[in-house]
This record gives sequence, structure tokens and C-alpha cells, in this order.
Amino acid sequence: MAFSALPRPDMPVPQPVEVTKVSSLPPAGRRTAPLLPARSGETGDHIFKFAMLLCALAVLAMLALIVFELVRHSGPSWHAFGFKFFGGHDWDPVNEQFGAMPFIYGTLVSSLLALLIAVPLSIGVAVFTTEMCPVRLRGPLSFFVELLAAIPSVVYGLWAIFVLIPLLTRYAGPFLARTLGWTGLFEGPFYGVSILAAGVILAIMIVPIISSITREVLMVVPQHQREAALALGATRWEMIRVGVLRNARAGIMGAIILGLGRALGETMAVTMVIGNNPQIIKSLFAPGYTMASVLANEFSEATGQVYRSALIEIGLALFLVTIVVNALARLLVWTVTRGQPSRANA
Amino acid sequence: MPDTQQTATRNPVPPIALRRRIVDHIMTSLAVLTVILVLVPLFAIFAYLVYRGVGSINWAFLTQTPKPVGETGGGMANAIVGSAFILALASILGVPLGVGAGIYLAEYGRNRFGDIIRFTADVLNGVPSIVIGIVAYSIVVLAQGHFSALAGGVALAIMMVPTISRTTEEMLLLVPQALREAAYGLGVPRWRTTLSITLRTATSGVITGIMLAFARVAGETAPLLFTALGNQFWNLKVSEPTAALPLQIYAYALSPYDDWHRQAWAGAFVLIVLIVTSVAAVRYAVRRGTFGAA
Repeated sequence: MAFSALPRPDMPVPQPVEVTKVSSLPPAGRRTAPLLPARSGETGDHIFKFAMLLCALAVLAMLALIVFELVRHSGPSWHAFGFKFFGGHDWDPVNEQFGAMPFIYGTLVSSLLALLIAVPLSIGVAVFTTEMCPVRLRGPLSFFVELLAAIPSVVYGLWAIFVLIPLLTRYAGPFLARTLGWTGLFEGPFYGVSILAAGVILAIMIVPIISSITREVLMVVPQHQREAALALGATRWEMIRVGVLRNARAGIMGAIILGLGRALGETMAVTMVIGNNPQIIKSLFAPGYTMASVLANEFSEATGQVYRSALIEIGLALFLVTIVVNALARLLVWTVTRGQPSRANA
Repeated sequence: MPDTQQTATRNPVPPIALRRRIVDHIMTSLAVLTVILVLVPLFAIFAYLVYRGVGSINWAFLTQTPKPVGETGGGMANAIVGSAFILALASILGVPLGVGAGIYLAEYGRNRFGDIIRFTADVLNGVPSIVIGIVAYSIVVLAQGHFSALAGGVALAIMMVPTISRTTEEMLLLVPQALREAAYGLGVPRWRTTLSITLRTATSGVITGIMLAFARVAGETAPLLFTALGNQFWNLKVSEPTAALPLQIYAYALSPYDDWHRQAWAGAFVLIVLIVTSVAAVRYAVRRGTFGAA
């Protein structure tokens, strides 16, 4: 999130006062026991270190618990369907037939659509803030973009229902049907709630993540790369292309994949606009369903062990995918910003 | 050699080709365009939120509980208080754990084991919130036998810990080593040094990290859907289902009633105002030194 907003430099300067407070000796003239008996510190140290270790282990325990609970509760569904669960097209709670394919499809298509829209925008914003804009504008600009990340997901959903969807149906829909209708991606009736709407709102939500990490990556590209390109007579754009973007490729890739990870797991805004229809339809105008939104909609009302277990298995699959995606992204960002403190806590 | 010199004098540095200059300008304009395209939705969302929110808030909204389906009026007072209640639970559970883990990473974690914890925290940070909701459901709700505020608090706490621990670590590492050594030199035990010198010096940064984590989970809806569940009435019992502002916004946004849409906007506005003011208030208090005693 807005981690680069952390006020690193304005931390209070270490105050000598505090040190004197700790070291202040008892008033002279009164006989007291030594301030710190030789052994007491050691015991205290052991206890303290142990307590802190417990906190650190709690982090491990949480992840272990997540894996354990998901695996344990998805057992019945796994036994009933096996691998066919992920290939099945039917989602029929009444007859206890469960296949996750429509949700996997919806999740992938809406996330990829979001990336398609968000990636050029975020890279443009990152390049503009690091290479082009006046230094004075830099701070406020990144602050505003990161403000987007602070808006709760449910508020995005609310805005999408009442503002974005009317705009899409009135202007974007007819336009896309006219110009790109021949692809088959934009055909059929367009009622607003659709994979398209989900992709657009997801794009707005992941721009701050991709652009803030891309900005960090661009900033660690050594200055002499830029100077070398300019000295060879490159224009500013050529300098950015050859000297900056090419050097930061891996890190930008990482930023994009982190954005993908966020889009895959995003729940509320998508659930509110995607239409929640467990069918695979090629047109982006049609309503769809995602893995996260089927959980949001059906989990608390799921009756029957297999039904609930099937939902938890979807949760497990979502968990595994996001972990692989995030680990990959962190690795890529790390290869570029190595040696810099990691601030990529998206 | 003389040849090249001659050509150099004959052809001074050629001006940059027109095509390259045009491409440069096009790319610059495209970058400006992307910035505009990104900032427009931002302003659109905020402007519309303030416009609808301010117009929709009234005294009833802030003081009454929801009216039955179909009736106009009523408010979200119980959801506002419920959100604060769940967030307080989450903070009580999550903040000490997160800060403790951060202390461990900064002071004892410069090794392989520390790296494992760090990586785990980063992975946890990327886990979709809805999945954390499922886990909180299966640990707390199934054990208790019913939905509860506690389950919501646990879910949000799990989301807070990784953020808090990583920022705490970063902030503690910024404290100069010389300060620690000065304390050791005076015979102060290590644990006391960590608490009274290192942590205290970094208080402002640590609190900022905590507030970032707080702001992040304050608007979370997904992990509350099947933990806190929501409630039409007042509740301040840890073991009972509890209303929360994001849940109420979600439910009202999807309802077919205009009056509930109005209240959803009012709720969204109140939610953002509460998040921003609580973060600002805590940071202001930290700057003033009220929270100085770490």
C-alpha cells in the first residue's frame, strides 16, 4: 500500500535525554543496592528474547494454520471430485455437482483484462513521476496515486455500481460493440454488470500498486545509465527506453505480477459488478463469476458438507495461486532492488 | 586521421533527426496522458463520494439502527460502533504480535530463521482477504458454533500482523547502532535497551506502520462476511454477530431501495472520514509526544 508514505526522515532525532533517564543513578549519599544486579539482565534478556520469538513464530503459525485449515476442510470435496473439480463446468449445489472451471475462467479473464488496462497506465505514471515531471510535483503526484490504494474495496464497488456501470453502458459499450464487435469479445446485450466492468474497476484498483513499485524499481536504476545515454545524443525518450526501462525490466515484471496477485484475490468490488453467473461466455459483455466472489456470495449460506468443502477447495486453489504469483513477483523485484531495503509490501 | 578531422569540421554535430524528436514528444505526451487518466477516476471517486455522502448524512443516520426492509429512515449507528468494536479487538490481538515479531526480526533476526519469518510475513501479506475470512471461520466460528465479533477481530488481526511486523522492523533498523551501544555501555540489559531506547526512539515510525495496517483493515469487508456476519441491532458482546460499516455498505449497495443506496453512500463517506481522522489523530498525538512512553 502507501508504504513509501512512511515518514522516514522525520523520525525524532535520538534525544540524549532518554539515555540519561535510563542511566540516572540513585541520589548520592543514600546507600542502595546496585542498580542492576549482575545476573538480572541475563534472565530478563532470555525471557524477552523468548517472548519476541513467540511473536515471530506466531507469524509462521498463521501461515501454517491457513494451509492446514484449508487442506483439512477441502478434504470431502477432493475425495468426491479429485482433479475433475478444476475442469468441471457444472456448479449445481442442489444436486451436489461442483466444478470450478467457470470461476477460474472468470478470475483469469477479469484479472488479465485489468492488467491489459492498468499496465500501460501505471508504467506511464511511474515513468512520468521519476523521469519527466518537475521535482516539486513528484511528491504530491505519487501521494495522490497512492491515495487510490487507501480507498476500501467496498467503496470502489459502490462507485462502480452507480457511476462506472452507467458510463460503460451508455458510452463504452456501444463504442466497443461497433469497433471491436467482430472479435466476438464484445457482443450480445450489455446490461452493465459484466466481466468488462469487473476488469475496469480492478484496473483502477491495481494501478497504484503497479505504479508505486515500478517507481521504486526505476529509482534504483543507476544515474550514470541515464547520463551515458544522454551523452551519446539520445533524446529523453530514447534515454528512458534504453537506459532506464531496459535496465528495470525484471523489476517492472515483478510489479506487474504483484498487481496480478492483488487482482486475482480482490473480492468485494468484483462481486458487486461482475454479475455472479457461473457460466463461461466468451463475450466480455456477459456476466461472469470469480473464485473470490463465489466465496463471498455462497459461503455463509452453504449447507451440506460437500458444498462447503467445495467452496473451501476453491479458497485453497486461490490461496496457492496467489502465493506462487507473489513469490515470483517478490523474487523479480528483489533482483532489481537488491541491497535496497524492501519496501515492496504491496 | 586527418580525414576524420576534416569530415568532422565539414559536418558539425547534426541536429537530432525530426523523427526522433517527434517520437520523444509523442512519448512525453503519452506519459502525461496516463497520469491524467489515472487521476481522473481518483478525483471522480472522491468528488462523488463527498457529493453523495455529505448530501445523505443526517442525524438519524448517525444515531439510529437500521429500519426493517422497505421502510425509509433509520441509520447505521450500530454498524459504526460495531466496526470500532471489531477493529479494537483486532488491534488488541494484532498490534502486540506484530510489534513483537518486528522487534524479533530487527534485534535477533539477522539470520536464516529471520529470513524465513520475513518471507512468511510477505506471503501472508499477499493472501486474499476472503481466504483469511474462511480460516477465521473455521477456527473461531466452527469452534464457537456461531458467528461473532471475535471471529471478525481474529480475521482482521491476521491481516494486520505481517504489515506491522515488517514496518516495525524497518523502523527499528533505522535507529543508530551507537544508541544501543551507549545503553549497553551504561550496563542497561539488552531487553531494556530494546524497549526504552530502540523502540522508544522509533515510536513515531512504528505507530505510523500500525496506523497503515489499521487503515488497511478498517475498510475490509470480505473477511467479515462470514465471521462478524452483520447485525440489525446493537451488540457489544464478543461472542455475538456484530454489524460493521463495510458490511452494511455492501448489503445496502446491492439492495433495490433508493433510500438504502443513499445510506450506503453516507456509510462510505463516514467510513473514509473515520479512517482518515483516526489515523491523523493518532499521528498527531505521536508527534505531540503523548504516546511517548513506549
